[in-house]
Amino acid sequence: MTQQKVTKPRVGLFVTCLVDLFRPVVGFAAVKLIEDSGCTVDIPMAQTCCGQPAYNSGDRKDTRAIAQNTIEAFEEYDYIVAPSGSCAGMLKKHYPGLFKGDPAWEPRVAAFSAKVHELVSFLADVRGVSDIDARLDGTVTYHDSCSGLRELGIRAQPRALLGQVDGLTLRELPDSDVCCGFGGTFCVKYSDISNAIVSEKTSKIEASGADLLLAGDLGCLMNMAGKLKRQGSSVETRHVAEVLAGMTDQPPIGGRG
Amino acid sequence: MQITSPEFKSNSRAALADAQLQKALSNVRSGFIDKRLKAVADLPEFERLRDSAKAIKDHVLSNLDLYLEAYEGKVLAAGGKVHWCQTAEDARQAILAICRSVDARVVTKGKSMITEEIALNEFFEKNGIAPVETDLGEYIIQLRGEHPSHIIAPAVHLNKEQVEEDFRRVHDHLAPGRDLTEPEALLNEARRVLRSRYFEADVGITGANFLVAETGSSIIVTNEGNGDLTQILPKVHIVVASIEKVVPTLDDAAQILRLLARSATGQDMSVYTTVSTGPRRPGDPDGPEEYHVILLDNGRSAMLGTEFQDMLRCIRCGACMNHCPVYHAVGGHAYGWVYPGPMGAVLTPSLIGVDKGGHLPNASTFCGRCESVCPMRIPLPKMMRHWREREFERGLNPAVARYGLKTWAFFAKRPRLYRFAAAMGIPALGMFSFGKGRFSWLPFAGGWTRHRELPAPEGRTFMQQLRERDAVMKQAAR
Ligand code: SF4
Repeated sequence: MTQQKVTKPRVGLFVTCLVDLFRPVVGFAAVKLIEDSGCTVDIPMAQTCCGQPAYNSGDRKDTRAIAQNTIEAFEEYDYIVAPSGSCAGMLKKHYPGLFKGDPAWEPRVAAFSAKVHELVSFLADVRGVSDIDARLDGTVTYHDSCSGLRELGIRAQPRALLGQVDGLTLRELPDSDVCCGFGGTFCVKYSDISNAIVSEKTSKIEASGADLLLAGDLGCLMNMAGKLKRQGSSVETRHVAEVLAGMTDQPPIGGRG
Repeated sequence: MQITSPEFKSNSRAALADAQLQKALSNVRSGFIDKRLKAVADLPEFERLRDSAKAIKDHVLSNLDLYLEAYEGKVLAAGGKVHWCQTAEDARQAILAICRSVDARVVTKGKSMITEEIALNEFFEKNGIAPVETDLGEYIIQLRGEHPSHIIAPAVHLNKEQVEEDFRRVHDHLAPGRDLTEPEALLNEARRVLRSRYFEADVGITGANFLVAETGSSIIVTNEGNGDLTQILPKVHIVVASIEKVVPTLDDAAQILRLLARSATGQDMSVYTTVSTGPRRPGDPDGPEEYHVILLDNGRSAMLGTEFQDMLRCIRCGACMNHCPVYHAVGGHAYGWVYPGPMGAVLTPSLIGVDKGGHLPNASTFCGRCESVCPMRIPLPKMMRHWREREFERGLNPAVARYGLKTWAFFAKRPRLYRFAAAMGIPALGMFSFGKGRFSWLPFAGGWTRHRELPAPEGRTFMQQLRERDAVMKQAAR
């Protein structure tokens, strides 16, 4: 009998700037989850941000430069995975448009974007994970962040994986598909409108009766956590990956109490 | 109409502080959405219809001149007349000339956003002609001296009690003790009052949901039937429509109609769908003696062939604003001109200039809900981003924002430098939260901390922690 050596798929983890700066535990949770799903994980040092702040401010030139960096740093991997629907959406859905009509870059970006996945959908859809090994005793609710939901069709996947966490009860959030009002620079440029939108969201979160709010995008999470804390709410906030990886020793986003 | 789009920020602050408005907007947040969802679920071919409707309009927009000329030919053949108007002023003058030719004193109007766009009512009043809005919502708005806040529900920013108050004030010939608590009673009263005005009118003006090239017909949909009386009773019927309303055949119009009401109000069809072709023919029981079409460009042909062409597929169903969190928060008036919500955020800068309408495409979270419900599959967020690109190219965005963005981009393009700066700044920032895990205030973060706490960074960055972890592992392996 010949022994066949199975090489594991190689994943390049795109950490995302917010996770790098504000919530490293999400990055480590992503590493653990991807490794547990039977892949090896590399973290290229030459990564910064996906470029959305420039892209959404109309600065195409800088966006392209940032995109080229990212593509160069990641194109050697079998998969590129990001713990954020909006950054994965940027890499997967918006990068190709930046290089339209550029014969040198068009095929490169197409090959790159085809390999990009958001973390939770990567685990559920690509790796078929069905044995999440984590425990959380509590009632959680889940917010569907816009880009993940509408650009990448992520809705069932986080619910399926959370269903495998021992002790966890999921309470559906009414209007979970409505924006939380973050919108990147929108939340500071139009802070009053953003505040009205997030207030609507936090009142639904409070009413859900959950004691922990989860989502897959750190921008939205920081926005909602920031509002919940300002309102004196006892609801805590975490990235879904922290719970799936069983890494909940860190204080929640925005601190305790 | 006075443009206040440049004051979008102060407009929206006022809207957020307006308790009456907020109460009225809470109806928009729920009502339309559930009804649309149900109507769409009941029609299995809805998604295919969207594709087909998009294809019809794309085809028309690539051959617009041909279809418009064909349409004009049919209108002439039916005994009507087409007035090609490049600007709002051209359209106003053409309409005035027609009204003068029959010595019109009173003009009834069906609901038409194009007549809002050309500010026709103000113009009529200046010229001694009394415009009478016959759509209930428009009638209420006119009584109040306001403008529509929604393209299909013009008075959606008002509560029933406010309308009751207006009716008691204006209809002072009616019994003061009458019961107006039910919306039905308000509708009936408006009907009674309007009935006599229909017979006084010399000219009736309607908009058009479609112009049909095959037959030279115009089609309008209404729920009150007011459009029918407006166009049948007076001597002269004027249709005011913009050029992109043309479709090749009645069949095409019928296809798009199946999307329109479902997307707008969740009805399968609007209550009245009225097709009119030319003036009254010999032997017709009723109808106008003259039939005119004002065909308005007003900046639309300049959108053809640009990244904004897709916007011309819009059928004015209002689904995008019904699903927009920003519209839900501030309502339609804050947008400062005729067209609110996501469709307005794209269209307004095209029609009045991005220097005036520039806030609108910026005031979006890009949540994408509008695009997901738009029956014509218009990529609204993408086009808002195109406006931001144009602004950026022209240096129209504020200097502070530009400077901040450029500084950030400088680092984001240089990974080593970026890592270094992050490793310096983030742990220091983390320390400042003194273990609380959040900030209530930070210099330069006022936009954030005015309304919410800023979660503090965990401590060292991910990249720092990773390096240390790897170093420890290497040490252990040695
Ligand atoms: S943009 Fe789309 S959703 Fe909005 S009014 Fe036009 S057709 Fe309707």
